[in-house]
Amino acid sequence: MFLTISTTGTPERPATDLGFLLHKHPDNAQAFSTSYGTAHVLYPEASAERCTVALLLEVDAVALVRRGKGKGRGGAPDAALAQYVNDRPYAASSLLAVALSSVFSSAMKGTCRARPELPGAVRPLRIEIPALPARGGPDLVRGLFEPLGWTVTVDAVPLDTGFPEWGDSRYVRLVLESEERTLAEALRHLYVLLPVLDDAKHYWVAPDEVDKLLRAGEGWLPGHPEHKLITSRYLSRRWSLTRQAMERLELVRLAETDDSEVEEIDNAVEAEHETEEKPTPLAVQRRDAIIAALRSAGAARVLDLGCGQGQLVQALLKDPRFTEIVGVDVSVRALTIASRRLKLDRMGERQASRVRLFQGSLAYTDKRLRGYDAAVLSEVVEHLDPPRLPALEYAVFGSARPRTVLVTTPNVEYNVRWESLPAGHVRHGDHRFEWTRAEFRGWADAVAERHGYAVEFVPVGPDDPEVGPPTQMAVFSLNTATDTATDTATTRTTNEKEAKAA
Amino acid sequence: MTQTQERTEDVQGRTLPVTDLSLVVLIGASGSGKSTFARRHFQPTEVISSDFCRGLVADDENDQSASRDAFDVLHYIAGKRLAAGRRTVVDATSVQQESRRQLVDLAKKYDVLPIAIVLDVPEEVCAERNAGRTDRADMPRRVIQRHTRELRRSLRHLEREGFRKVHVLRGVEAVENATVVTEKRFNDLTHLTGPFDIIGDIHGCSSELEALLGKLGYVDGAHPDGRTAVFVGDLVDRGPDTPGVLRRVMSMVASGDALCVPGNHENKLGRWLKGRKVQHTHGLAETVEQLEREDDAFRTQVREFVDGLVSHYVLDGGRLVVCHAGLPEKYHGRTSGRVRSHALYGDTTGETDEFGLPVRYPWAEDYRGRAAVVYGHTPVPQATWLNNTICLDTGAVFGGKLTALRWPERELVDVPAERVWYEPTKPLASEAPGGHEGRPLDLADVHGRRTVETRHAGRITVREENAAAALEVMSRFAVDPRLLPYLPPTMAPTATSRIEGYLEHPAEAFAQYAADGVARVVCEEKHMGSRAVALVCRDAAAADERFGVTGGPTGSLYTRTGRPFFDDEAMTEEVLARVRRSADEAGLWDELETDWLLLDAELMPWSLKASGLLRTQYAAVGAASGAAFPGALAALEGAAARGVDVGDLLSRQRDRAADAAAFTEAYRRYCWPTEGLEGVRLAPFQILAVRGRSLTALPHDEQLSLIDRLVEHDGSGLLQTTRRLFVDTGDAESVRAGIDWWLEMTGRGGEGMVVKPAGAVVRDARGRLVQPGIKCRGREYLRIIYGPEYTRPDNLARLRHRFLGHKRSLAVREYALGLEALDRLAEGEPLWRVHEAVFGVLALESEPVDPRL
Repeated sequence: MFLTISTTGTPERPATDLGFLLHKHPDNAQAFSTSYGTAHVLYPEASAERCTVALLLEVDAVALVRRGKGKGRGGAPDAALAQYVNDRPYAASSLLAVALSSVFSSAMKGTCRARPELPGAVRPLRIEIPALPARGGPDLVRGLFEPLGWTVTVDAVPLDTGFPEWGDSRYVRLVLESEERTLAEALRHLYVLLPVLDDAKHYWVAPDEVDKLLRAGEGWLPGHPEHKLITSRYLSRRWSLTRQAMERLELVRLAETDDSEVEEIDNAVEAEHETEEKPTPLAVQRRDAIIAALRSAGAARVLDLGCGQGQLVQALLKDPRFTEIVGVDVSVRALTIASRRLKLDRMGERQASRVRLFQGSLAYTDKRLRGYDAAVLSEVVEHLDPPRLPALEYAVFGSARPRTVLVTTPNVEYNVRWESLPAGHVRHGDHRFEWTRAEFRGWADAVAERHGYAVEFVPVGPDDPEVGPPTQMAVFSLNTATDTATDTATTRTTNEKEAKAA
Repeated sequence: MTQTQERTEDVQGRTLPVTDLSLVVLIGASGSGKSTFARRHFQPTEVISSDFCRGLVADDENDQSASRDAFDVLHYIAGKRLAAGRRTVVDATSVQQESRRQLVDLAKKYDVLPIAIVLDVPEEVCAERNAGRTDRADMPRRVIQRHTRELRRSLRHLEREGFRKVHVLRGVEAVENATVVTEKRFNDLTHLTGPFDIIGDIHGCSSELEALLGKLGYVDGAHPDGRTAVFVGDLVDRGPDTPGVLRRVMSMVASGDALCVPGNHENKLGRWLKGRKVQHTHGLAETVEQLEREDDAFRTQVREFVDGLVSHYVLDGGRLVVCHAGLPEKYHGRTSGRVRSHALYGDTTGETDEFGLPVRYPWAEDYRGRAAVVYGHTPVPQATWLNNTICLDTGAVFGGKLTALRWPERELVDVPAERVWYEPTKPLASEAPGGHEGRPLDLADVHGRRTVETRHAGRITVREENAAAALEVMSRFAVDPRLLPYLPPTMAPTATSRIEGYLEHPAEAFAQYAADGVARVVCEEKHMGSRAVALVCRDAAAADERFGVTGGPTGSLYTRTGRPFFDDEAMTEEVLARVRRSADEAGLWDELETDWLLLDAELMPWSLKASGLLRTQYAAVGAASGAAFPGALAALEGAAARGVDVGDLLSRQRDRAADAAAFTEAYRRYCWPTEGLEGVRLAPFQILAVRGRSLTALPHDEQLSLIDRLVEHDGSGLLQTTRRLFVDTGDAESVRAGIDWWLEMTGRGGEGMVVKPAGAVVRDARGRLVQPGIKCRGREYLRIIYGPEYTRPDNLARLRHRFLGHKRSLAVREYALGLEALDRLAEGEPLWRVHEAVFGVLALESEPVDPRL
């Protein structure tokens, strides 16, 4: 909510020219009403040698809440506490960038009617922002400003000096200095990079934001080494436009009930930008292995238990031998994304009749899951606390009881081969455990024994001679006692028919 | 029936018995008077006519082209009625076998009796009546002729077609004079209230039967207190004295001292007695041999007795169902071949086990009925309740014991077998045939929109989207439902204060309770930590026996959404161990006659559980404001020093800086470092339940004195006391003292207090539950909730418009669900019933309500 811009000068080129550049007289304090509160412009110092302008935005918390109603979630859900207690009144967020552009609009455009020669000239500038939210920390701040010719001084702000063990906050105190930039350039840098560093998905951004970015970034953004990050973060706020419709706040409220962060509970689905990435090669291999196993089991009616965002369902739909595909997940958000990904509402009737998605839970038995040829639990078991595994076991093998069950799970032994994974870490934040090959086999064998299944193990991905494959898959097949009976019955009928025919 | 008899009856009018739950099919040509007959003898809503359904789908009751759709509608409505257990009369010609077959199938589908009433009226009469009706005047005569022809042709087949009663009324007069009387089903003995002694499978163990009857207090087959014995069948076969058992049971049934349902063994014996060829296996050989020593008269008596047995009984106002092999709820009181078959043999999965025997379907696991089902059939070592069902076959003939259940006392009484009378082919199953409670609950018990029936606040509705969110949290994060018998309700704040500078103040809380007619309240210090519920079992054996968790935890410690408080199970166990030791020392186990305690508590510090939230939200606000204000103030001071008119901006920014600093101070009070359990405090404030009892109605002074003893006996420094003050809401001085207490506590940075009716579970004059507690939060604490600057006069003025109605309603609904869960737990209700209420609390927590309340 606060920043200062200073310049120095000489009697011939006085620092107070800043007043002309900004269209704001140094001897007045002026207030401007903006959509999120009142912006004050004043000059703590104004001499020929040195002139500083301060922009102070008094955020109107009420307006903030009102404008935020029904818009997005992130830090400001319409019914969550974060809406009422947040850093917006204090931090130099995207709101300050908006205020900057409206209060100093002509300066940003580089026009000055009274002194047309001024805007084009570079001059010594010093910009100070005492509380800048910077996701990515000091390194990213330097990475963003240094290529633009700024000398950057950046210090992390501790979260609470009373609790040094809590470490640094996401705010930094930033000082930018340069003698090679015009004021207009400086303002445009701030206008784009403040929201990029803030990276909050809090506020609704109009669809013309792309044009604004192109205009403000003219001349410096295309050549910037971090232009991809800048563009994606700047526009990532637009995702909220598409996200809103499906946002559901029930989980947010349950998180608050528990004094937990929303992300701690509503984490069944990865953040959106990550999901749109191409699937990793291992995910593709896993899917291929699953489909191959389903084909060889002769399964036509298949359950995808824990279908997530429906990638496997989508793949199964491409093969007509799978006549009924049911995607089940406990996360309504995942199902909504899956339904969107599959374009269920626009799918032809015949295709649509092959697929169903519904909410379900493997902690409960579910009659709707009975009578299928096969069930797939791909990367599911490791998301359950071990004490809840017997419930899953009974729900799948005791109650649903499909002929074939495929279970895939990470092989923790392989983790040493992941270069990006720190030692001792699990592969996903929500993994409650990761099994060695022996542990997985131990579990699978016991399950098979208890429920009358036979089990085989299939490696997925490169089978490392020392640590095994990255993913392990168990293929359970219901024991054939009843199959034999059916077979005999079929044979008998055939024989009788033959006899009659004879 | 001879012609003469029929004549006589026609004059006086025939009496047609019709079962109270049945599908009555009227059969007669167009114009034979079916609708008139139906109107005269049945409720208007019991009758569905095909004409009416034709009208529904085609706007024309006589549009024959709409018949197919009309009958779809008719069958659909009839199906809904029969499923709900309502007698249904179908008013259509039904002269064709095909149309009757569909109705008989419908009756079978819903396991009710199909009954035919034929109106055989002369063709001329029908034609004449139709001619008199404008809408049917042009009906060709040949239609009626065809109807009559088809009707005549059908008459002989009706019983073979599956109608269990066939009444044929010949001629106009017979139709006119007939009367319909409603008969109860044979299995409907709901008017009998016992008390009963239900006795398990006897299998010819006459001596054990006599011993058990003696132990139950019967003298020569009769009970001095007028109790009724109920036998679940399998009286015969395998054992040493089947005739003795039969003699005793038959005489008790004859004298009205007993009821008896048939077992599969009686069924087979009956077939043998009728001379059918049956295999003399599974102990029938012994019976045959024993019966051959008896005389013909006895064998005839047995045959008639067995023949007359009814597959199951619904007793005691529908609260009790007795049958041999168990019965799902949809079959209770129904009458069909498959109901009888299930009652006698149970159900199978279609699979076979390693002995080649059919695998029994665990119907009891799915059972959700309100009636208790008491049955036998499958020998188990010990009779145990599962989902309100119990199997009483404890293998007397295999050397086990003979078991009886006293109803309504629900006490088990047994006598050991004198010896192994018959070697079992396979060992007695170690679990009840319905499986055991450890298996997961069924999704249908919690999923979708639901209504939960509560004792304290009637029906409480859970909406679909809230159930969906609860399902996700319950499935992904919560502890095992067996160890999650309760979730705490949300609590409403006090009515908004008008006192300057305050948003909440205790004066309103006292006033509200006074208005509700609550004279005495307790103010309990609010510990700013995280809510925690602790289930503490006395030892692992108690956890196993009472909650069915074997070889694992000795209880649980969970948050308001059922999540384990600590990721590390060892930490949980250590907390439980310390509470357990305090309970040992305080002698609470014996005093409360329990081996487990369910405690409602607050766990501190707040920073322990909420550290993520603290860092990203609360401390972040502090850090940002702390970094921003010094520069801003310096800039303003600089400008002012230069003579720039900054108006009131500077003083306003100073105020804001001070508010922000106060905010940081506010949350800091609830944070301190912990190491393991070092620094962790648990402040219990209520014992929610103990074995067999919910303690929620125990007055708070008694509650707190139990809690105090628990805290006093804690040597580990974990348990923390909850300070309290009792206030008389009608006494100004007492109220003043309460306010002062609060001012003093919150002045020192305390979170505030909760005001509760001292009596617990209190209703107002209109009989509605009053708020179980009202929170009054401290002025400084509320900065954390309403933001650093909430105390500014303009902010307070705006915040005073806050709306409390929904929060209060939510608090009472969640409270009622919590009480319900504890009542169900105390009464030993099945796990799904307890879980249903607990799940409801979680679901309601996701309802939209101002999160600052």
